[in-house]
Amino acid sequence: MATLTFKGGVHPYDGKDLSKDKPIVPYLPKGDLIYPLSQHIGAPAAPVVAKGDRVLAGQKIAEASGFVSSPVYASVSGTVKAIEPHFVSTGAKVNSIVIENDGLYEEAEGLPIKPFDEMTREDIIGVIKESGVVGMGGAGFPTHVKLSPKEPEKIDYVLVNCAECEPYLTSDYRIMMERPEKVVGGLKVVLELFDNAKGCICIEDNKPDAITVMRKQCENESRIEVKVLKTKYPQGAERMLIHAVTGRDLNSTMLPADLGCVVDNCDTITSIYDAVILGKPLTSRVVTISGEAIASPSNFECRMGTNVAELIEAAGGFKGAEKKVISGGPMMGFAMFDIEVPTTKTTSAITCLLKDAVSEEQTTACINCGRCVAACDEGLVPARLSQFAEKFNLEAFQKWHGMECVECGCCSYVCPAKRPLAQVIKNVRRMVMANRKK
Amino acid sequence: MSDLRNVSSSPHIRDKVTSTNIMQDVAIALLPASAYGVYHFGLKALLLILVTIATCVATEYIYEKLMHKPITIRDFSAVVTGLLLALNLPVSATWWMAVLGGVFAILIVKQLFGGLGQNFMNPALGARCFLLISFAGRMTNFAYDTFTGATPLAALRAGESVDVFQMIVGSTAGTIGETSVIAILIGAAYLLLKGVIDLKIPGTYIVTFAVFILLFGGHGFDGGYLVAQLAGGGLMLGAWFMATDYVTSPITPAGQIAYGVILGILTGIFRCFGASAEGVSYAIIFSNLLVPLIEKVTIPVAFGKTKAEGGK
Repeated sequence: MATLTFKGGVHPYDGKDLSKDKPIVPYLPKGDLIYPLSQHIGAPAAPVVAKGDRVLAGQKIAEASGFVSSPVYASVSGTVKAIEPHFVSTGAKVNSIVIENDGLYEEAEGLPIKPFDEMTREDIIGVIKESGVVGMGGAGFPTHVKLSPKEPEKIDYVLVNCAECEPYLTSDYRIMMERPEKVVGGLKVVLELFDNAKGCICIEDNKPDAITVMRKQCENESRIEVKVLKTKYPQGAERMLIHAVTGRDLNSTMLPADLGCVVDNCDTITSIYDAVILGKPLTSRVVTISGEAIASPSNFECRMGTNVAELIEAAGGFKGAEKKVISGGPMMGFAMFDIEVPTTKTTSAITCLLKDAVSEEQTTACINCGRCVAACDEGLVPARLSQFAEKFNLEAFQKWHGMECVECGCCSYVCPAKRPLAQVIKNVRRMVMANRKK
Repeated sequence: MSDLRNVSSSPHIRDKVTSTNIMQDVAIALLPASAYGVYHFGLKALLLILVTIATCVATEYIYEKLMHKPITIRDFSAVVTGLLLALNLPVSATWWMAVLGGVFAILIVKQLFGGLGQNFMNPALGARCFLLISFAGRMTNFAYDTFTGATPLAALRAGESVDVFQMIVGSTAGTIGETSVIAILIGAAYLLLKGVIDLKIPGTYIVTFAVFILLFGGHGFDGGYLVAQLAGGGLMLGAWFMATDYVTSPITPAGQIAYGVILGILTGIFRCFGASAEGVSYAIIFSNLLVPLIEKVTIPVAFGKTKAEGGK
């Protein structure tokens, strides 16, 4: 079978060898745990505990405050110490519940679930909503919303995004190697919602052993297939993934469901399995701690709310002078000014680099070489867009399709003049979006 | 929160290639043509090459120093401009013409319009055309050693026969760097392999020009005549090294195709119906001026959009 891909993209050094052979190790947090009430897209969750309350691991501490919202569960047992704003990895200050860990890890009762074959569509979506599952690839879009399109019978593809195209990240890879039954099990739960859909597990061809393991796991599944993708960043971007597998092209005005697709990240799918089959709410996820500045790169089963600095210590701490600590991967992650922040539902990795390419490189004049055009997976002209953006020429910016940018960063990565193309384009996209809301 | 860490907007990593690497690659790719020029035309050619490069670099340095701008001579772009200009001079040009050309290229065409990336016309070709107009006699005197004949294209125009094999090797009259097709193609192959250029502009330029010559050249399907037209008059040097100049060519993929076609047609018109037998330099600097217009009408259709929605 031919490998599937898209036009454009880049091939950065992937750094996956650092952590790909490190099995997932459960990490038990020591210090206080912090649970931001906004770990997802949509309305912040509303606290259901008060200062001084004792909570158990797996107990709901904040509930969804609307349809597009998601509850938050405690990941350890302990006492609610405060409900106060706290910095998160994106640099924002978010109202959070702080829990003092008592070190007992006492478990609360699981979610009330029926046996799977007795569940109706509404039951399944209800459990997923109640369990707090959101898009764990980074976007944090509440999964129950994604799984409730207007016309479920029109969905003909459910794609599990195991491309993991970001450099250094190995959490999805480890999940596939160690928990393939959960990936397939979670996908089967989702397929139950869409009678006409086919399930595809999409993996880049730089993970041949994961492909073998997943193929073996789906041997007897008539509705599930493993799709092999070419290794290229951003293969795991939603639009690129849908294009590669189905040949359908999504633009900024559409949702995947408009093209008959539902896309879920690998870890999201296993969380759906945990919720619907095992009755376990979302309290932990796999986090890769890697990068050249980490002494012992690791993959942790990390209880959410764990302090990032603590996790870095658990991975042997820094070796050498770390120049940049990123929540997520180096292409789309957030650089952090402070590592005393909690991990959340969307923290897939902490990448620590010895070199800060952004501050070390000298920006020079654009020579119009067109490398950004060749790298742009959206078919845009980043060099021109950034010129319009720098002059705040919003009209020309939109005429040249600036709003179609997915902010993958390929243009900045390839630019030989080291111009911050993606960065200025991102800024102006925010401005245009803000203007549209007015 | 005592010491804050470095933050920046993603992406946090960068490719290794820099603008300087690219300019160096272009300079390397021009070496075979330069070496053949020196071999064929003698040490005077080497002198002209050194003078133009030195003038271009010095002009850039002095201008930036006086204007209190960052000094950019290390980026190799002035070196490439100087080298290209020398390769476009006949060996009979004098040293002061080389100096004048270098100053014109860097000062007038490049720096006064804002420096690297801002010039609307290829600096080397702008300077060549300036010299051609100012010193028409010296610039079209292609005598070298004991040879006093015309360039192959001029001979062809006069109805004489030319040796196509000699033209491909390069042992003919012409500017320092334009005569040897083989040397130019070696350099072009290097640029293609390194990904510095692609076939869009040179490919469409050469193909369009060939079709034009077949249709309007007045020699029908005469293979020898066609090859002589392709090999002569700086077409190869122009197509591979000057039409592909990033700054003065369109950035949009469709625009690059259109640009190549326009170049082919213009060169054909100049050669078949114009007063001179050459025409590549004028075709390129004229097309340089069309680049903003070409880009305006060739905005690519974004991923997931149809042509009809293109403008939205």
